[in-house]
Amino acid sequence: MSVVSDAATVGGRPHEPVAPATKRPHHWGRIALPAYSWLVIAYLVFPIVVMFVYSFNKSVGGVPQVSFSWNGFTTLWYRTWNDAPGLTSAFWLSIRLALIATAISTVLGTLLAMALVRYRPRQFHGKGVIEQILFVNIAAPEIVMGASLLGLFVTFNIGRGFITLVLAHVMFCIAYVAVTVRARLTGFDRSLEEASYDLGAGPFTTFRRVTLPMIMPGVLAGALMAFALSIDDFVTSNFVSGTSSPFPVLIYASTRVGIPPQVFVFGSVIFAVGIALALSSLAIGRKRI
Amino acid sequence: MPAVVWLVVLFVVPLVIMLSLSLKTCNPASGACTMTWNWGELPRQVNLYRTEFFTSLEYGAAATIVDLILSFPIAYWIAFYGGRKKNFFLMMLLVPFFVSFVIRTLVWEFILSPSGFFLTFLRHAHLVSANFHVLGTGSAVIAGLAYNYLPFTALPLYVALERIDRRVLEAAYDLYASRREAFMRVILPLSVPGIFAAFLLTFIPAFGDYVNQQILGGTSSTMIGTVIQNTFLVTGDYAAGSALSVVVLVISLIGIWLYSRVLGSRSIEEYL
Repeated sequence: MSVVSDAATVGGRPHEPVAPATKRPHHWGRIALPAYSWLVIAYLVFPIVVMFVYSFNKSVGGVPQVSFSWNGFTTLWYRTWNDAPGLTSAFWLSIRLALIATAISTVLGTLLAMALVRYRPRQFHGKGVIEQILFVNIAAPEIVMGASLLGLFVTFNIGRGFITLVLAHVMFCIAYVAVTVRARLTGFDRSLEEASYDLGAGPFTTFRRVTLPMIMPGVLAGALMAFALSIDDFVTSNFVSGTSSPFPVLIYASTRVGIPPQVFVFGSVIFAVGIALALSSLAIGRKRI
Repeated sequence: MPAVVWLVVLFVVPLVIMLSLSLKTCNPASGACTMTWNWGELPRQVNLYRTEFFTSLEYGAAATIVDLILSFPIAYWIAFYGGRKKNFFLMMLLVPFFVSFVIRTLVWEFILSPSGFFLTFLRHAHLVSANFHVLGTGSAVIAGLAYNYLPFTALPLYVALERIDRRVLEAAYDLYASRREAFMRVILPLSVPGIFAAFLLTFIPAFGDYVNQQILGGTSSTMIGTVIQNTFLVTGDYAAGSALSVVVLVISLIGIWLYSRVLGSRSIEEYL
């Protein structure tokens, strides 16, 4: 049952309404609006189709570079997916980086979210300031964060590499995790924790057996967000990566010298895997409901 | 709390360092900076790159407006008529995010390239003239920005429209509002917070973006992000780069401040 018609049964009168809120979609609601929406969706999907098509494009004169013009169909780039210099290692670096950043920022962000929900401003000094920092951190343009981190590392003479990448990624993920988890924590029933204490459970057992299972959906959503942010980050990474380039930084650098066709192979495969995961989670979610 | 320490050391402290760097004089060759209380650097840099600042503001605003216009109807459609397919349609809005940001932008270069198969096809079909070109212009940059940030606009709009109490709408109809009146006087006013959030979440990243400009734009459409990236990573003039970043930060903070004034900073969590 759609939300629209649910709302009608809740708010509407059971007997003949004069002008129900859920009048059937107007003519443009029936035809123009869906048509328009599908056009927008087509616009969003179109570049992905183009990427997929170009991943089968032959190169000119045997140079392993993508060319703008269409030179014929080949599956060569799928067979030699591992041959582009540095691309595969950059991909694994990004995966490692995203996993580490997600793990750290999920733990820290969740703890912060719990502190923000539990304590009132009087018990928790600086709560308002922390909330402002979280908000500015989320809304600030990435170029400012990247540039200022570079300034920090240069000022303190810290060599840039994997460690600085982790530090930076955790930094911009924490706020998203904290805010996502906090949004799901409101309405959290503290009395269940009290019951657990009353039944003799210690703080650790209570957290593991009561609190964590209850906040798990929020934590997972936060972790997913952190992973997505980290794996696709370009701007901040470009400032703090030094010589160890994550996947997006390497691809960006290759735009100057010629893009290896395997880039589109990676793009297509990652897209396919991501969509498959998302669709299956949608399907599982629907079954549960 | 470790999270707070992390944020202070790696977010707040760097911003303070950036402020102080903008007052220093740096030697681009050695990278060494000395504090000279050079208050003149900031206005000097702003003057030097005034065009780039205005270009960024213009492209950022144009892309945000294009996104608002493109995504309002679809957000409205999903929120009101999405039915049980809502999650599916929301996922379709997020589809670009399944491809890396840099690759997405690169693909637009291929689409807009005069020798790419898309424009070649349009030329053969006589849909565009033989000397039509868009790659390397400001329009290409705006198109790229609009594409890349569309989900940031569509999702807050969807959240705001979805939250509208259907009974309020019903009351409007009961009071003999026409569809047009109900839309203009109920739906639109109630979606204003979402429009504001969408604007903030789209405009700020688009304004500071330089990837789209570097890949899709030409030399005539340089944005401030490109300048900042180059002064930091190519020239190595940290003082100049910091001064420019401070200005970008201040411009963004005006938007952020307005938002938290009007809607409260906590409301952002609903739109993420």
